Amino acid sequence: MISLTINGKKQELDIDPDTPLLWVLRDELHMTGTKLGCGMALCGACTVHMDGTPVRSCSIPVSAVANANIQTIEGMNSVAFQAVQKAWRDLDVVQCGYCQSGQIMSATALLQTNKKPTDEQIDAAMSGNLCRCATYHRIRNAIHQAADAIGKTASTVGGKA
Amino acid sequence: MNFLNKQFATIDKNSPLELSRRQFLQATGVGGGLLVGSGFISLTIPADAATVSDAPVFNAFLKITPDNNVIVAIKHMDMGQGVSTGLTTLIAEELGARWDQIQFEFAPADATRYNNLFWGPTQGTGGSSSIANSWQQLRTAGAAAREMLQAAAAAEWKVPQAEVQIKNGVVSHGKHSSEFGVLVATASTLPAPQKPVLKDPKDFQLIGKKIPRKDSADKTNGTAIYTQDIQLPGMLTALVAYPPQLFGKAKKVDVAKAKASPGVIAVVEIPRGVAVVAENFWAANKARKLLAIEWDLSACETRSSDELFAACHEAASKTGHIVKNTGDASAALKKSEQVIEAKYEIPYLAHAAIEPLNCVVKVDKNQCEMWFASQMPTIDQMEVGKVTGLKPEQVKINSLYAGGSFGRRACAGDYVVDAAQIAKQLPGRAIKMVWTREDEILNARYRPMAVHHLRGAVSPDGKALAWQHHAVAQSIMRGTPFEGMIQGPLDNSIVEGVNDMHYAIPNLQVQGTEIPIKISTLWWRSVGHSGNAFVIETFIDQLAKSAKKDPVAFRRELLANEPRALGVLNLAAEKANWGKPLAAGVSRGIAVHKSFGTWVAQVAEVRINADKTFNVERVVCAVDCGVAVNPDVIAAQMEGGIGMGLSAALGEAITLKNGVVEQTNYHTYTPLRIDSMPKVEVHIVPSAEAPTGVGEPGLPPIAGAVGNALFAATGKPVTKLPLGNKV
Ligand code: FES
Ligand code: FES
Repeated sequence: MISLTINGKKQELDIDPDTPLLWVLRDELHMTGTKLGCGMALCGACTVHMDGTPVRSCSIPVSAVANANIQTIEGMNSVAFQAVQKAWRDLDVVQCGYCQSGQIMSATALLQTNKKPTDEQIDAAMSGNLCRCATYHRIRNAIHQAADAIGKTASTVGGKA
Repeated sequence: MNFLNKQFATIDKNSPLELSRRQFLQATGVGGGLLVGSGFISLTIPADAATVSDAPVFNAFLKITPDNNVIVAIKHMDMGQGVSTGLTTLIAEELGARWDQIQFEFAPADATRYNNLFWGPTQGTGGSSSIANSWQQLRTAGAAAREMLQAAAAAEWKVPQAEVQIKNGVVSHGKHSSEFGVLVATASTLPAPQKPVLKDPKDFQLIGKKIPRKDSADKTNGTAIYTQDIQLPGMLTALVAYPPQLFGKAKKVDVAKAKASPGVIAVVEIPRGVAVVAENFWAANKARKLLAIEWDLSACETRSSDELFAACHEAASKTGHIVKNTGDASAALKKSEQVIEAKYEIPYLAHAAIEPLNCVVKVDKNQCEMWFASQMPTIDQMEVGKVTGLKPEQVKINSLYAGGSFGRRACAGDYVVDAAQIAKQLPGRAIKMVWTREDEILNARYRPMAVHHLRGAVSPDGKALAWQHHAVAQSIMRGTPFEGMIQGPLDNSIVEGVNDMHYAIPNLQVQGTEIPIKISTLWWRSVGHSGNAFVIETFIDQLAKSAKKDPVAFRRELLANEPRALGVLNLAAEKANWGKPLAAGVSRGIAVHKSFGTWVAQVAEVRINADKTFNVERVVCAVDCGVAVNPDVIAAQMEGGIGMGLSAALGEAITLKNGVVEQTNYHTYTPLRIDSMPKVEVHIVPSAEAPTGVGEPGLPPIAGAVGNALFAATGKPVTKLPLGNKV
């Protein structure tokens, strides 16, 4: 038995301990927002947050996350996430959409630690996430827009990302 | 529900596209097996064909619920190109609906209603044809429903139908006003008008406006369902062990260890490999590694990339099929003092969509049901019918979002067939066959490698004089079910864009040669144009230099009789400040190309750094695709085409070593990442022409534009892809 905390919910699973977290999410828990792209930590489609840090769930065995707090796109609701999601929709970033859960998870993690990233910082934080549709141009713009929106909320209500 | 036979506008019989329709008919051999009745555009809905929601049906493309939701059937595969937005726009516009009341469903596989009007009785997506073939059809479907609502309101209110207005989802006349919902029960039973009147374009409310995509919400919260995400009761996951090379066959198979692995339900052989079927992905993946298979690779390719290029160069040095001959290029070259020669090399490319290919199949006695992103449902139905012994119409396809395709899913005899081969051995069970990234790269169907030999000359007064061109590549279609699309001795994709080039060259000869290589190839976003535009556009710059002319000025002369080409060329040049000084270390290059009826020009600004590396910093793009149905989706497709084209131009190549593909995953096959993506600006030429596609045409020019910027900076001709990141 492995116990996991996913989106704040404790789960007890009887599962092969070397199963990557990605396949626990997808095949066991049927949470399919997190995607398979490469299985080798090369594309970022499987990005989730582990204690707030973006990680590639395809390359982490479930046994290694037993004590961690895992957040997937299905359970995200932070201020940063909402700003990112809104910017993604306002700018219609998506094309095929398949990489976008991972992009949004990485972008949210960036804005949770860096309130006002530059283009270079965005490129550095997002370069682990491939998008074959090449929506990169809009991803950059959307992250700036989300950062601005968070900045405005913070200055008016003293909120926290 | 009362479904009437509602016939709408079909393809214009005089259209040049009628030719491709005939080709496709011939090619696919789809004669009548799938057809009910005679017309290939019957819009009748059989009573059992209600798709997801049971709402009153106006025609094959349109349902309206009593609570005012308008549901549009999308007959094309959504692979990111925006069909769920573009196609719904056409209906919403003519119907007079509000954008927020529009929803969509993917149409089922049924070529009698959902065929691509450019492809005859075949349902499918490709050739950037979705909007173009639907333009009249869906507007007519929307207009017909509008007139039926007007008629129902007129009867109800006892007023003349012609005076009933529909706007923003409201039906009104004088003091009467109503939403659609209360009228649909009556309206949907009325006879469909034979010739509904389409709106005057000046009255368009949605077409040409920036309106939000319909697929943004579910693609930004993890709920969009792709094939990978399908969950069905009792479903099993299958992984296939494929031979390390195409045309390899299993000789000896020992499945004992794999079978005994935890979670494995079955191990089955299929014609192309050995499938492990297990309770979940991880169990199947572990067990697949335990298979001991001896492969017979005697029928496989043995050459390496350098040998293949050498073979192509040799073929190019001989005379090929002459597919275009204007004036006398040989004579003109002979007389010229300065002949420019260039030999080009272009590599194999993989589609490498982020969603690896996959397919869910359940075979039962009298039906086979499938869930996947089907790019050519009609072909998939036929092939799966053959495998399962069912009639094509007994193969039911539930269409889903595609996590990218770029042409890859439009294929025959491939992953869909493999999935069906597995499922038929486990009847009654839903089988999800998935490919890993390694499976996807190994079994990719590549954009063909190519070699082009060119000779050209300009006249002493600086005009383009002669151009002799020989393109050598593997045919995409020969030996496949699409072979019938080849007209004449040569697969046209080898020379497309070249033999029909728009530059007025007085002496032009184009030759092409097919070279057989035992590697599987396929259309890759923009097909032959993807490499051919690079060749043409960089060679034009070489001629311009020889003529001592500015590249834009030189092109303008050669395109003097091509107003739409000039339109994009001039717009891109103007917006990029062509001719104005640039920062130190930065150079510009331009390219212009037409594909799939759409003109695109791009200016690339490239910075060469002190260490000889270079970055593409900015791209200015101008596009003329006729009426811009959704300018923001068009811009997105240009941005994406530029990004993918740049990806290939800079860093993608599939290479062979002794016949074996050397790349396996994204560390060796390396698509562009965000840190190499330039800033992109897209400008649309206003037009009243019928719309043409945008999914592919944004891609071809970029490699040439970047190559020309490097040429401008270094003076060294650029003739080989990928360019890498150094000059
Ligand atoms: S699937 Fe995990 S990084 Fe690609
Ligand atoms: S949107 Fe298609 S891969 Fe990113």
